[in-house]
Amino acid sequence: MPRSIQLNAKGELTHLLSTEGLPKAILLRILDHAKDFLDVSKMQVRNTDLLAGKSIFNIFFENSTRTRTTFEIAAKKLSADIVNLNVNASSTAKGESLLDTIDNLAAMRADMFVVRHAQSGAPYLIAKHINQVAPHIHVMNAGDGRHAHPTQALLDMFTIRHYKGDFTQLRVAIVGDLLHSRVARSGIHALTTLGVPDIRVVAPLTLLPSGTAEMGVRAFTNLDEGLEDVDVVMMLRLQNERMRGALLPSPQEYFKHYGLTEQRLKRAKSDAIVMHPGPMNRGVEIDSVVADGAQSVILSQVTFGIAVRMAVMSTLNGVAA
Amino acid sequence: MSHFSATSVPHLPPVFPRLAICGARLIDPATGLDETRDVFIADGSILAILPCGQSPDGFNADRVIDAKGLVLAPGLVDLSARLREPGFEYMATLESEMKAAVAGGVTRLVCPPDTDPPLDEPGLVEMLKHRARNLMQAHVHPLGALTVGLAGEQLTEMAELTEAGCVGFSQSIRFPLKDTQVLFRAMQYAKTFGYSIWAEPRDPWLGISGVAHSGPMAGRLGLPGIPAAAETLRLLTLFELVRMTSVRLHVCRVSSAAGVELIRKAKAEGLPVTADVAVHHLHLTDVDIGDYDSNLRVDPPFRGQRDREALRKGLVDGTIDAICSDHAPVDDDSKQLPFGEAEPGVIGLELLLPLSLKWASQDKVGLGHVLSLLTHRPAAILSREAGGIRVGGQADLCLFDPQSPWVVTTDTLFSQGRNTPFIGHELEGRVVATMVDGRCVFNRMGF
Repeated sequence: MPRSIQLNAKGELTHLLSTEGLPKAILLRILDHAKDFLDVSKMQVRNTDLLAGKSIFNIFFENSTRTRTTFEIAAKKLSADIVNLNVNASSTAKGESLLDTIDNLAAMRADMFVVRHAQSGAPYLIAKHINQVAPHIHVMNAGDGRHAHPTQALLDMFTIRHYKGDFTQLRVAIVGDLLHSRVARSGIHALTTLGVPDIRVVAPLTLLPSGTAEMGVRAFTNLDEGLEDVDVVMMLRLQNERMRGALLPSPQEYFKHYGLTEQRLKRAKSDAIVMHPGPMNRGVEIDSVVADGAQSVILSQVTFGIAVRMAVMSTLNGVAA
Repeated sequence: MSHFSATSVPHLPPVFPRLAICGARLIDPATGLDETRDVFIADGSILAILPCGQSPDGFNADRVIDAKGLVLAPGLVDLSARLREPGFEYMATLESEMKAAVAGGVTRLVCPPDTDPPLDEPGLVEMLKHRARNLMQAHVHPLGALTVGLAGEQLTEMAELTEAGCVGFSQSIRFPLKDTQVLFRAMQYAKTFGYSIWAEPRDPWLGISGVAHSGPMAGRLGLPGIPAAAETLRLLTLFELVRMTSVRLHVCRVSSAAGVELIRKAKAEGLPVTADVAVHHLHLTDVDIGDYDSNLRVDPPFRGQRDREALRKGLVDGTIDAICSDHAPVDDDSKQLPFGEAEPGVIGLELLLPLSLKWASQDKVGLGHVLSLLTHRPAAILSREAGGIRVGGQADLCLFDPQSPWVVTTDTLFSQGRNTPFIGHELEGRVVATMVDGRCVFNRMGF
């Protein structure tokens, strides 16, 4: 499957749309760059002027204040100009087509688009169009439907590398609503590329997508079995609207079987880390004791997320840290 | 009728030239004839079919067509082509698509009722037939809506619609009938008058919000899936209702291996069932979606490789009776959208023959067999004698060059739609001329 639309003729990253097909060398270089932006001793992200004079547009067709803010902070720490557009509430409501919106924003002399869209594949449509009309603009996927969320996956990889070092001996369990999760799909591709030998997905059958085996992961429906001896537990968010209906009967029953509790976490290795992309549903997918416990690295993920997004922005613009 | 775009085409009295088509390889799958013959046409009918060099007594041709090296076949019968009128003139018009039909060698086509408004009233059907007749190109056979407004509740006036020209009754794949009781009654009612039901098999609930075949590809791309069981569940329901009502059922656009198998069994059981497949399903699979190419967004969805092989096999062993284009022109604005939001459909009238020939050449299927799937067998589903070449018969003919390679570009197509993943592909087999009622309605040779 060609994923070359992300790379230019020289094999350099020109858009970041998916971790699938992202060469390992580029992936590792981004993680290295991110480390340069992070003052590890203070757990702070440093400011630079690498992208001074560049305009970055946050184009969110689907609302997400938190994700948008992390891109905004990353851009500001690189001294870029950042413009936030909540397109959902403006032009498309007036009947403007997606590509018309993109053409208009391209005409405003943007250098980079950070795109979030509820439809899987929307950033591909935008990147293909941009390659035709304004090839100097870089497109960053900030989440498309159920498909991909590559910066989240990269920050997750950064977190795992930070706490575990080597990827090639790890057991990783991804737990929760995999069917609808772009975080999980991007995570699986990145973990595979980095050589993680044991990737597990844990969910009731209603929340498992078809073709997990083809993605190189082992599916579990029993959380205790899925957690056995793992080094990393990646919890996924369960959307409110999916807690009651044909997928699941109730949040209580979900928590009883798939909620991460202190007791269950004991199945994992004693030094296992617990991750979550946020925002968390305490008492639904994760118990507060675990979320706030010693093995939780959830807030570190947020800090690392800024450094990783800075690394992606500077990589796309061809400037190293 | 305000639903139709204005037209000033006058109803001209028909003029029938006397034609002689000489030296072509004449293939009539209905009789198995495959010989070099000269064909003489007068008064809209075939006057004589003779060995080369002979001619009927006293025949003076107005035009002699030198067809050496070409194949002369019955005009193609396409069981599904959307002309987009009334209601979707921004996607295509009767003028553009009727031109595309004859450019593709199609002399007879069935149009589904999924227009806006749907073809649920005799007046709409009469107007469509009238407008099509005035263009004096392919014969047009509308399908009537099975229920008023395709809403799945109230039966349409099937007898009135039949009188207006409908050849069968159908729900759209976009609005599968949810209420099995209504479906049963509709089939019972149709059987009363001897009408046939045309159905695209799709369960009204399972995978109804899906946009791609359920499988590893949809899983990876994060696209909601339509399982093959959505097709088989509906087929099982339809067949059970056929057992109860004995109505004639035509299964439109089978897409899965399991679906083909169910049709095979239904036929073996003796149920009055026929089936067709869309020509693009013989070539593409879900993997071709690639980077979300919205030209691959079709209903039913492209399925797996095994499904594609089963469809091809079904055409060889007779389980599937016909190949159709399932032509659906879509405007750029409705297609250049994220995959899940894009309007489904591809154009196919002008690709029906070359894509069928491509399959035939890949699977070593004889020209006579592939042409039977495009001519007399679909004509039989319409209960028409058309689709053959016989003396005294209607002169609906397609003259094509079976080997001539050509590259599909938007400039080489007459359809207003540009939505096909085959743009840029080199295909073999091109229609040179098309005759309807003995009149040359299309020719690429300039004769």
